[in-house]
Amino acid sequence: MKRPVVIPAALLFAVVLILAMVDLAPPALDLRPLVAANLASSGVAHPVTAVLLNYRAYDTLLEIGVLLLALVAILAVSESVPTTSSTSATSSDLLLPMLGRIAAPVMVVVAVYLLSAGTSAPGGAFQAGAVLAAAAVLLHLTGLLPGWRQPGVSLRWGLAGGFLLFVGVGAILLLVEGDLLRYPPDHAGVLIFLIESGLTLSLGLILAGLFLFLSHDKGDVG
Amino acid sequence: MTSGLLFACVGALLFVMGVSGVLLIRHLLRRILAFNLMGSGAFLVLVGLAQRHGVADPVPQAMVLTGIVVAVAATALALALVRRLHALTGKLEPPEADDD
Repeated sequence: MKRPVVIPAALLFAVVLILAMVDLAPPALDLRPLVAANLASSGVAHPVTAVLLNYRAYDTLLEIGVLLLALVAILAVSESVPTTSSTSATSSDLLLPMLGRIAAPVMVVVAVYLLSAGTSAPGGAFQAGAVLAAAAVLLHLTGLLPGWRQPGVSLRWGLAGGFLLFVGVGAILLLVEGDLLRYPPDHAGVLIFLIESGLTLSLGLILAGLFLFLSHDKGDVG
Repeated sequence: MTSGLLFACVGALLFVMGVSGVLLIRHLLRRILAFNLMGSGAFLVLVGLAQRHGVADPVPQAMVLTGIVVAVAATALALALVRRLHALTGKLEPPEADDD
């Protein structure tokens, strides 16, 4: 058995790691002054959003690419799973679908607020997308939204739209500014908000798709 | 001990628990959960260590935000693979037998 080896080793590792962290010297490279000094020309007022979509926009671009890739892989894997005959989830429960109907529009409003707040406060495309996806999952769980089996044309555009928009803006900036995703300071705010809007929609759809494509055998063809 | 350092220590414990779970548990669903615990521990260490002197650092926070979303996608992919395995073999454990 591995247990007598793994558990003492793990405990020893935890103790060493915690002792090392308690004893850790201050970092030699402090990025906070750099972030704060360039915040004025980044187009947004919140440092985390500035890091995500301006200083390290490349990471965010690759991240949405990874998400899209994961979704494509899920579609490829789950396509040939033998599904049980689709029984339509008509629940006799009245309260649950009604609560879903009430909560979903509020969640959409919250998502839009989070998106717009991201420029100056905690929030942004990821949080907004997560709320959108949660609304879709809620609707699915209350039986109002059937699971997705195969993405249609419009859904495909929606899923890939954020990534395509991001790549498009990056390509245009590459031609105009000479660098991938180096925003001109005057238009940085508008460009970031444009990218974030596209990201919110696509992230919401992708994250919802991660759930709804996997649970498609309970619902209808979507 | 500042609160940031406390977060980092809890993160280290979560990471170690997750690693032990990944190594010891054979049930794949629980192994995915352990893997997520491991990731959450790593995120907590990143964010906690960066603000151990009291001031938050936006760069690790943005990195962790990216990491969380990618972790969700990886988890969903792992779940899809487990589902496929279950559909093909009817088992929720890795097919090869452990020797030790």
